[in-house]
Amino acid sequence: MSTPPKFVPQATPETQPYWDGTAARELRIQQCVPEQHTYFYPRTSCPVCGTEEVKWVTASGRAQLHTYVISHRPAPGFTPPYVIAVVELEEGPRMMTNLVGVEPDPEHLELDMDLVVDFEARGDDVLVPVFRPADSEAAA
Amino acid sequence: MSDVVIMGAAETDQLGKLPDISTLELHLQSARNALRDAGLGIEDIDGIASVSAPGPVTIAHALGITPRWVDTTSVGGASFLFHVRHAVAAIRAGHANAVLVTHGESGRSRVGAPPWAMAKDSLSGQFEFPFGVLGPPTTFSLPVMRFMKETGTTIEQLAEVAVAQRRWSSQNPRAMFQEEVTVSDVLDSRPVASPLTLLMCCLVTDGGGALVVTSREFAESRGTDHPLVSVLGTGECATTPMISQMADMTRCEQFEVSSRHALQEARMTTSDIDHLMIYDAFAHVPLFGLEDMGFVGRGEAGAFVAEGNTSPGGSLPMNTNGGGLSYTHTGMYGMFAIQEAVRQLRGEAAAQVPDVSTSLVLGNGGMFMSAATLVLGNEAAA
Repeated sequence: MSTPPKFVPQATPETQPYWDGTAARELRIQQCVPEQHTYFYPRTSCPVCGTEEVKWVTASGRAQLHTYVISHRPAPGFTPPYVIAVVELEEGPRMMTNLVGVEPDPEHLELDMDLVVDFEARGDDVLVPVFRPADSEAAA
Repeated sequence: MSDVVIMGAAETDQLGKLPDISTLELHLQSARNALRDAGLGIEDIDGIASVSAPGPVTIAHALGITPRWVDTTSVGGASFLFHVRHAVAAIRAGHANAVLVTHGESGRSRVGAPPWAMAKDSLSGQFEFPFGVLGPPTTFSLPVMRFMKETGTTIEQLAEVAVAQRRWSSQNPRAMFQEEVTVSDVLDSRPVASPLTLLMCCLVTDGGGALVVTSREFAESRGTDHPLVSVLGTGECATTPMISQMADMTRCEQFEVSSRHALQEARMTTSDIDHLMIYDAFAHVPLFGLEDMGFVGRGEAGAFVAEGNTSPGGSLPMNTNGGGLSYTHTGMYGMFAIQEAVRQLRGEAAAQVPDVSTSLVLGNGGMFMSAATLVLGNEAAA
């Protein structure tokens, strides 16, 4: 039985640089110029100070596991159990993602464990950021 | 400020699995029941509030009402608490005299209901849906692990929330689940989004409810068969459309903000509250509510519930209809939390708590997206 494909996100003009970044296997986030507040998700003004003077920076790709659930429900393209997580990037912002390269078992999922970004193909030309344990980096 | 009251309150004739009733008809049936409860006719109503869809224009037209005040605030399951708050302001401003607030949702049967929207270029479509989230069980559950780690709350204490609410619903013939459960029953139920199990997740039902909000002056001039319930204080707040962007995943900022404003307006503190309704989509939400509103200290909610304080006979009766976990949950549960508070204040609840004069209702919208709070009271609260 073939499973339906995973959900494919679609950029808006304002988020296009982010998705261009993931396509280049880079995690691009934004920072305001005056105060250097770093934030996610992409938008045209800084949510901390309100300035419209913002720029794109490339994140290190290092993050920590902030929280997660192990979903036991089938979702298109996903075979349960699988891990939905919120990670905290080294630069500060948090984002939702999936954990890969690790058993979906609480024994292997310690909060605040070190992670690194990876990219997973969606559709023909979209890559989404996923994260794997940092100590599995060599195997990636 | 003039006193604003809930004059009419009623639910649909039945709750649960209602495949023969459309979403619109659930609104209309609950609206007619609330009007009957208030002893009013459609000619008395000049304001209408509801979520979209079907929305207040459709509902007003179907009922034969031409409103001069309309509110379509749609911020998830807390919307109906927002509507009451906005109706209070409208009535005090003279923009409306009697407001009908309606809820109807074919949450389980999906009859006459709009399809689930999953736009690929929405914020959620770009930054949450790609990761295999499928509605509330896989998103609302995300803060739980962090909350447990930072507050010391245990999985057994989470299970105790479901246990406590079954103690209430076991006394309520209208509740979908009435059989009492143990912590083991809850922990051994099917895993849904670990650490949450099935019995820590809300029901999915069909149903509706409606309210008639008006001035005390008007209500007393018409007279009713039921005690009037005063709206003593209200608050509202909204934070993030995506749960992954909560500022702090172990606190719900909007619970704190909306409740602080509602209590201030009512000139009360948490110690003045006799009865509490906290929107419980999942077992952790009442624990957040108890802590964020200040009914207990940080990290104390789990033990507070486990010790029986919120159970029948406890010091702070909470979710006395059985809540979204055991009574009913159509998807936007807030209306049912208000309905139970009204019944308790009228002395008409299935599991009636003795000597209730004040009730606080905390509504949650979306996945920790929005919140509204109502402080309600009966004659004894005056």
